[in-house]
Amino acid sequence: MGKYLLRRVLQVIPVVLGTTLLVYALVFALPGDPVKAMFGDKPVNQAVAAQIRAEYHLDKPFIVQYFIFLKNALTLDFGQTFAGQPVIDEIARAFPVTIRLALMAFVFEAIFGVIFGVISGLKKGKWYDTVILLVSLLLISVPTFVTGFLCQYLFGIKWSILPVTAGSNPGFIDLLMPAMVLGSVSMAYIIRLTRAEISSNIAEDYVRTARAKGMSNGQVMLRHVLRNSLIPVVTYLGQDIAALMGGAMISETIFNIHGVGWLTYQSILKGEGNLVVSIVTLLMLIFVVCNLIVDLLYAALDPRIRYA
Amino acid sequence: MTDMTTLPGQERYVAPLDETPLQDVDNVDESAPASSLWTDAWRTLRRNPLFIVSGLLIMFIVIVALFPTLFTKQDPNYCVLENSLGKPSPGHPFGFDFQGCDVYTRVVYGTRTSLSVGLAATILVVLIGTLIGALAGFFGGWLDSLLSRVTDIFLALPILLGAIVVLQMFKTNGSIWKIVLVMALFGWTSTARIARGAVLETKNLEFNTASTALGSSPSRNLFRHILPNSLAPIIVIGTTSLATYIVLEATLSFLGVGLPTTTVSWGGDISEAQTNLMTNPMVLFYPSAALAITVLSFIMMGDAMKDALDPKSRTA
Repeated sequence: MGKYLLRRVLQVIPVVLGTTLLVYALVFALPGDPVKAMFGDKPVNQAVAAQIRAEYHLDKPFIVQYFIFLKNALTLDFGQTFAGQPVIDEIARAFPVTIRLALMAFVFEAIFGVIFGVISGLKKGKWYDTVILLVSLLLISVPTFVTGFLCQYLFGIKWSILPVTAGSNPGFIDLLMPAMVLGSVSMAYIIRLTRAEISSNIAEDYVRTARAKGMSNGQVMLRHVLRNSLIPVVTYLGQDIAALMGGAMISETIFNIHGVGWLTYQSILKGEGNLVVSIVTLLMLIFVVCNLIVDLLYAALDPRIRYA
Repeated sequence: MTDMTTLPGQERYVAPLDETPLQDVDNVDESAPASSLWTDAWRTLRRNPLFIVSGLLIMFIVIVALFPTLFTKQDPNYCVLENSLGKPSPGHPFGFDFQGCDVYTRVVYGTRTSLSVGLAATILVVLIGTLIGALAGFFGGWLDSLLSRVTDIFLALPILLGAIVVLQMFKTNGSIWKIVLVMALFGWTSTARIARGAVLETKNLEFNTASTALGSSPSRNLFRHILPNSLAPIIVIGTTSLATYIVLEATLSFLGVGLPTTTVSWGGDISEAQTNLMTNPMVLFYPSAALAITVLSFIMMGDAMKDALDPKSRTA
């Protein structure tokens, strides 16, 4: 296990370096002058522009800029926004909101996804299995922004049971609808995954053996079928934490939640390169670390993985 | 399975030997054409209601995309402000949007945009992904390590995020190729992974060793034997990808970095209808429904293909 762990951790390093470089290149090396973007509609003052260029190291070669960024990022110094705010402050304000939103979506999709998936997988062919399958197909097919508008219209405007938008400091009730919208697609995938796993495991030889040995039906389900079926579901859920944080952009834009997704979208529109690079780097780190943890968990659960 | 009581999950019934007439098993019709993976898959597909329903839907969608004039005689860009948010009337079954354009006509014409963007992106992604995955899987060694790490790097960057960053930079250039290229740039990774796995699996099969023993060059092996036999999983992911790219295009257009506003597209129309959601939700409903039905058809088709081409993962 120790050797496997070391190998996986070492594999992560080039990926982290590569992805940050890719993001950095996308934002800063592509055509489009960030200094010009800073001035907005105002005429560019050459002296000021030169000073800004020096301050942000924009006068140095691209690869040098990247290493300066990397060095500063290690000490959590991500530079400043156009308005002179430290980037880290903006991020510190937005992250807690998105973490709350992503956690709520996560709990929602995990609980309902597994429950419906198990019901559907155990009672394949029954009418409620068909209904569950159809609803999950529908959730996958309808883009998140459409689901968002639909919920906003039905729950927020027509029946007014939930707040239409969340605002800058949202509470539990404000985030309820956005979290459900955010988690809905993953929930549908979890239902399908759980259903497929349960229905294939239920026909396995070890289930028959357990039954033949006189185990009660409930015990067989709980101890054998469910436990084996949930391993891939747990993997999916683990990878989804990071995906939820990254995917929050749509729901945060629709419901006006001032979290990471909203901040990213706004800074891309305004051309705030520093902010974009910093957020994407952080999100990507979370993604890579979550994947690593899932892989290690998986290896601990299933010995076949370690030796492969 | 007839009148036997079965435990939950016990669905297979193996007939006892005396019930199986042996000559039926032994009498294989030698004159019948050999059943390949594809004929077998086609036979499975034909009996799958999922395939029939999604196939018919897709056929209809393709016809709408190719010949929009069959369905409407109006110009999607003919808008009269006087009709702004007008109710449905004869000849205008879905009513009018804020600009006074006929919603039905715009939904019909939007089909072509969504379908062509999705199709072009899928073709590009499948080509790039298969090439990279096949090279990595076939040659192995340092090339595999290099290509796999590059795949990991692109995989760690969420496609929506990457696409917005790049599209925002080229905002002035309004062509649908821009969005297709960007989606392909960030989308090839999953196909590459699957192609690599499929090639790795096929590489070690006997027919490949036999072909090498008969003197085939590695490239002949790759293109004549390995790739054709690795196509099944690639086709499955291609079908599902098509749905993903249609959604992604609509999402990007909704966020305002996708297609130029002059192009008639479902995403753009949904985004525009959003401002009048409170008073006229139906203007938003029709393009959304068209989008959802299209995506649903391709996802169902992907499921059916998966059932037919990958017997190991039969879901039904």
